Amino acid sequence: MARAAAKQTTKAKTAKAPATSDKEDLLGFYRQMLLIRRFEERAGQLYGMGLIGGFCHLYIGQEAIAVGMQSIKQPGDQIITAYRAHGHMLACGVDPKAVMAELTGRAAGVAKGKSGSMHMFQPKRDFYGGHGIVGAQVSLGTGLGLANRYRKNGKVAFVYFGDGAANQGQVYESFNMAELWRLPVVYLIENNQYAMGTSVERSSAETHLYKRGASFNIPGAEVDGMDVSAVREAGAKAAEHARSGKGPFILEMKTYRYRGHSMSDPGKYRTREEIDAVRQHRDPIDHLQARLEAAGLADDAALKAIDAEIRKVVADAAEFARTAPEPDPSELYTDVYVETAA
Amino acid sequence: MPALSPTMEEGTLSKWLVKAGDKVRSGDVIAEIETDKATMEVEAVDEGVVEEILVPEGTEEVKVNTPIARLKGDGEASSPSSKPADPSPPAGEGGPRSGSDEGSRGNSADVPTSAGKPTETPHPSASPPPSPARGEGNDPDIPAGAKLTKVSVRDALRDAMAEEMRRDETVFLMGEEVAQYQGAYKVSRDLLQEFGPERIIDTPITEHGFTGLGVGASMAGLKPIVEFMTFNFAMQAIDQIINSAAKSRYMSGGQIQCSIVFRGPNGAASRAAAQHSQDYSSWYAHVPGLIVIAPYDAADAKGLLKAAIRDPNPVVFLEHEMMYGHEFDVPDVEDWVLPIGRAKIRRAGTDVTVTAHSRMVGFALEAAEQLAKAGIEAEVIDLRTLRPLDYMTVVESVKKTNRLVACEEGWGPMGVGAEVIARVIEHAFDYLDAPPARVHQEDVPLPYAANLEALSLPSVDRIVKAAKAVCYR
Repeated sequence: MARAAAKQTTKAKTAKAPATSDKEDLLGFYRQMLLIRRFEERAGQLYGMGLIGGFCHLYIGQEAIAVGMQSIKQPGDQIITAYRAHGHMLACGVDPKAVMAELTGRAAGVAKGKSGSMHMFQPKRDFYGGHGIVGAQVSLGTGLGLANRYRKNGKVAFVYFGDGAANQGQVYESFNMAELWRLPVVYLIENNQYAMGTSVERSSAETHLYKRGASFNIPGAEVDGMDVSAVREAGAKAAEHARSGKGPFILEMKTYRYRGHSMSDPGKYRTREEIDAVRQHRDPIDHLQARLEAAGLADDAALKAIDAEIRKVVADAAEFARTAPEPDPSELYTDVYVETAA
Repeated sequence: MPALSPTMEEGTLSKWLVKAGDKVRSGDVIAEIETDKATMEVEAVDEGVVEEILVPEGTEEVKVNTPIARLKGDGEASSPSSKPADPSPPAGEGGPRSGSDEGSRGNSADVPTSAGKPTETPHPSASPPPSPARGEGNDPDIPAGAKLTKVSVRDALRDAMAEEMRRDETVFLMGEEVAQYQGAYKVSRDLLQEFGPERIIDTPITEHGFTGLGVGASMAGLKPIVEFMTFNFAMQAIDQIINSAAKSRYMSGGQIQCSIVFRGPNGAASRAAAQHSQDYSSWYAHVPGLIVIAPYDAADAKGLLKAAIRDPNPVVFLEHEMMYGHEFDVPDVEDWVLPIGRAKIRRAGTDVTVTAHSRMVGFALEAAEQLAKAGIEAEVIDLRTLRPLDYMTVVESVKKTNRLVACEEGWGPMGVGAEVIARVIEHAFDYLDAPPARVHQEDVPLPYAANLEALSLPSVDRIVKAAKAVCYR
């Protein structure tokens, strides 16, 4: 897929989307994206209140990617990403209460309060983490693809990483093996333009990250990551490529995070005007809302109702997360090993 | 006043960017706050109208969680986020509750979180399990009449892998030169012919990457054996071994299992010099979540590698290049599997306990023969598994001999010997008749020159000297 072609996907998608499912899909996407947005806003608030500790990386601004890819994922396809993971987990259908309770370190959290924000897993929903070491999930996710090929199960591993991880050596070690062995892997580079405080231009000799597979013969495409339909269409093509035995595919999702890298980021490496411009002109949720309204798929009252419903889900999750009990002290020593009778 | 970093307790409200009556959207910058580290912009986390500024700009030492403004929700008396049961206004957006004033001023930082703030956790009364529940019982009895066959350590390891691969089709081997080349040290000889390239996988020279692939495949439920040409090269991959394989079960609250074996030669080779001659025993044995095995002879190599492959946990299996060609008796029984986590008394003795693992066991046994001629009966304990460490076997031995020499091939500081001695002091201090001694590599990178290399590495002679010293002979 050429870059120019990929850029047209938004328009093409709107025109040829199947009429029967379009309303349902778009409204569903809107609901999921809004859930992630409101969840993350609330997580930021709980962090500010001292209820969430350590590091906390919010997904605000990038919602269209996790939601668009989830819409083309087949059951059993695996998802793996780095530490900015809350949005992916919610898109996978993990209970918001369990995610929020993990953020506050409670027993009802998705990992019994042992992982916190950065290392959550839920393999029964095909979510394999949540990894705190930049780039490590790329090798691990390629290993998920290796397992798929080993089992010949027709599943694809969706391996997410950021523009920062795109400069890690093991990413290229993984690219090499993935193409060499034709592993069913789709690499999704969420290019939010800043690796912590360092812009792509200041860190990358080749800033078009979808080209990073070129020396391994891995095809790549640039996608408007702020447009859920563009994500969906490009994702479907890439997944089909991988699933059909042709090997890996790279999608560079152009996106933007509104908040700091983590909660303790003063954000002095970019201007407020830059952030505001993206929020005003490229916001993925506003964009989808305008489409829904223009197409007559939802009116103001319907959207308000969805918003109220989502706010309640998130408020309930937050309330649950702040009142649920901490793990029992005996949990300190569990889950270090799989106990064996031997 | 929001906490803007993990360590922030108070801040200065340096500037307000909104005033009462302003309408804000979530994400709008409403104030600037100076913390101990930086000046941060505070964004509204909800939509609404600023009703009142509670903390004027320029105020210093504003405690985290102090309400700084009140925001009125869209068309409501209070924001939907603030339930009546809420003991406090969420601080990041200012206090949204317009009805009650009593909670909005002078709150100490802990009040808002009283409902759910983590409480002081008492140290659990239950003491940690010393090791995973395993290793009950001793080595299996060798059936009467079973033949003992001379097998090299190399072939014993190969046989273990082949038997487990026949038994379980999720087991596969990956690494550099394991397939077509038949193994850099010929440990995987003939495996490609039997199992084919899908299960005996030649990797590029790319330790960090292929180790990550192996760990990822284990997360998906396969049982990879990852061969390192030597453990020196595993340093490229140690992040995946420790951060991904060892910790994921704990971090996931038990949802992720990494049943994987990392194996290959460890320790000194012959004249290979500093970068190719390091003993990583203590590195891996330090890490909870890993099992670490370092066998000496062929029977243990086979029985423990089979156990390692079957184990549901990540196992670091440290072999020794200098032992690959040595032949030992291996019981010719159908399924020779040994318990992980059990030391083995290689030679009984009454005068001094000598502990060792891997190649050093042979040195310790030779030293014991020499000591016997001098009238000292050494009890030689092969640790076999370093994590979980069967220290009670050592403790029981020291209670009998009252003396201890701990040997290892690696460097002494923070080493295996240091751990063995610490355990003995904890559990048998009153039984010791002499300060324990350590035998280990000199505290230098391993040199190349033959004479310097010999001076650096531990030897039979040094074990003999150390044993005599603790016996005051």
